[in-house]
Amino acid sequence: MKAFWGFIVKEFYHIFRDRRTLLILFGMPLIQLLLFGYAIRNELNKADIAILDQSRDEVTREVTDKLLASGHFQLAAFLESEAEVEKIFQKGLARGVIVFEPGFGRKLIREGRSAVNVITDASEPNMAQMLEVYITNVIRDYQREWNAVNHGGGEFTAMGINPQTRMLFNPGLRSANLFVPGLIAFILMLVSAFLTSITIAREKEMGTMEVLLVSPLNPMQIIVGKVLPYLALSVINVFMVLVVALAVFQVPFRGSFVLFTLLCLLFIMTALALGVRISSLVRDQQTAMMISLAGLLLPTILLSGFIFPIANMPDVLQWISHIVPAKWFLIIIRGIMLKGAGLEHLWMETLILFGMMFILLVSSIHSFKIRLE
Amino acid sequence: MSVTVRNLKKKYGDIEALKGVSFEVNPGERFGFIGPDGAGKTTLFRILVSLLLPDDGEARVIGLDPVTGYKELRRRVGYMPGRFSLYQDLSVEENLRFFATIFNTTVSANYDLIRDIYHQIEPFKKRRAGDLSGGMKQKLALSCALIHKPDVLFLDEPTTGVDAVSRREFWDMLDKLKATGLTVLVSTPYMDEASRCDRIALMHRGHILDVNTPQGISGNFGRELWAVRADRCYRLLKALRSFPHAGSVFTFGEQVHYTDRRDDFNPEELKSWLESEGLAQVQIEKIRPTVEDTLISLMDRQEGGGPPDNSATEFHRT
Repeated sequence: MKAFWGFIVKEFYHIFRDRRTLLILFGMPLIQLLLFGYAIRNELNKADIAILDQSRDEVTREVTDKLLASGHFQLAAFLESEAEVEKIFQKGLARGVIVFEPGFGRKLIREGRSAVNVITDASEPNMAQMLEVYITNVIRDYQREWNAVNHGGGEFTAMGINPQTRMLFNPGLRSANLFVPGLIAFILMLVSAFLTSITIAREKEMGTMEVLLVSPLNPMQIIVGKVLPYLALSVINVFMVLVVALAVFQVPFRGSFVLFTLLCLLFIMTALALGVRISSLVRDQQTAMMISLAGLLLPTILLSGFIFPIANMPDVLQWISHIVPAKWFLIIIRGIMLKGAGLEHLWMETLILFGMMFILLVSSIHSFKIRLE
Repeated sequence: MSVTVRNLKKKYGDIEALKGVSFEVNPGERFGFIGPDGAGKTTLFRILVSLLLPDDGEARVIGLDPVTGYKELRRRVGYMPGRFSLYQDLSVEENLRFFATIFNTTVSANYDLIRDIYHQIEPFKKRRAGDLSGGMKQKLALSCALIHKPDVLFLDEPTTGVDAVSRREFWDMLDKLKATGLTVLVSTPYMDEASRCDRIALMHRGHILDVNTPQGISGNFGRELWAVRADRCYRLLKALRSFPHAGSVFTFGEQVHYTDRRDDFNPEELKSWLESEGLAQVQIEKIRPTVEDTLISLMDRQEGGGPPDNSATEFHRT
């Protein structure tokens, strides 16, 4: 037992003396959190738009004012003819053009319908989509006000309006709700699997594994001694991210905190077992890093539903996503944090994760070599 | 016997690293394995400390089979791998303490054994192991391998890549250890270190060519050995190889070591022949064969005559 603790103490020396490890451990999660929180927002900020007003009446002027007053857009130019639309896109002066049909206001009052055309530069698809949604929402807002003023007045719907998109006007909040659970999964994968696989590979690469093997330490002690410090640091990390997410980004936490912690531990164990399993396949840190990166971190980001919804993926990718532990973990913590779900709703995902952990653990212990080959 | 090995074989894929080696090491003996890179020294040591499984043959280390008794064995042997294998980011002190701890002992409990060695690096005990010089690293590694008071110590090329002064100091330290009765198996590519062992085994390409005392091995040469010098060394080598009665011919520093196939060799005859080949300042001198001469001639015999393959006999000289 004394030998085992000596091993753990040594492991903490390694961690706290290596700047790179420290940076990945504590720098990365914070950087990620702030990046996702502030930089990668689904929010428009002063996007250049041009307006082609073929009606020039009171209604179009009001809609235009409302658009420009929202702070999301700034006016690049008033256009005179449809021919200018393509030109302004080619010059890159505007990301979107709003075209009011002739007699816009008159039609709205008389027929209760009129058309506004939103043309966007789809060479940047995300931007184009956002622009569309934002403009739609501004016009819809205007319509609601207009309806309120002109009781019983007609309704004009320039385009399909999705009530969900309204949430984009609350950007910080919504994207944080989305990315914080994903980020927790990503950080746990990074710290637990990535760093463990590298630290074991380092012992092999530096030749110290050779000396460790020719000692009374048994494989269990070496594995557990390697992963225990990372387990502790992972838990600290989760709470760090959680505190920042709750305090800075006001992410809701509706479920049971105890359940959250227990299931985080389950996921950490899964990731640690993965890390040990990877380290048994490689001889040096470089390879461990490559395999962890390609085999763990990318699927955790791309195939877990963290960023891209799984339901929108082709069947093959959906099928592959089933074996990505982070996918199940994401369902679990989104459930706990955002919906306040309990184990009665999440038992299946928990069971799947538990099964994965068990298989990986057995396989990683089994694969640990007591000799050099 | 401290170590008994019978007909040990090991293959990596198609390469036979050990082609059936046998030897015995007496308790308290310092037993050296001498041979060029690729002779199989590291493979042999790794099998003996239970890091590799042999394909065939038998080994007993302090009465234990490295295959089945590895748990007990790993408690009782000391092993210093060829590469520096301590934690570079831990200090001298921390490394030593760590290795004491994982062997369930303490530095103070066995300090007597390492005092002489550790004493020399103690002034630097707060320094990170990665920042030590080659000689100090090696002293620390030896201290760490000794800290659990092993019954037998395996040192795989402990002096490779270390300067000449540190090498001599290292062997002096081993001399002091000898007083404790510790059995030491040590491998080295340096020929001049052979004389510091009680007995040596000459290894080449997975075979043990000879096991003997250093004096015994030199006496085992079997022929008269001549050192030949001339003004142009390469020309001399070529000329000697073309001499009809030449036995073995190989360079040794700036000289060429030469044996003749006849029993009534006359150096004057060779001298005048070399001069007729256009060489000047020819000197021929009878010398005592060294361990290296013996090893080269043994390898030569093993490979069935012909000039020794130079690539296979890359020795490290000082």
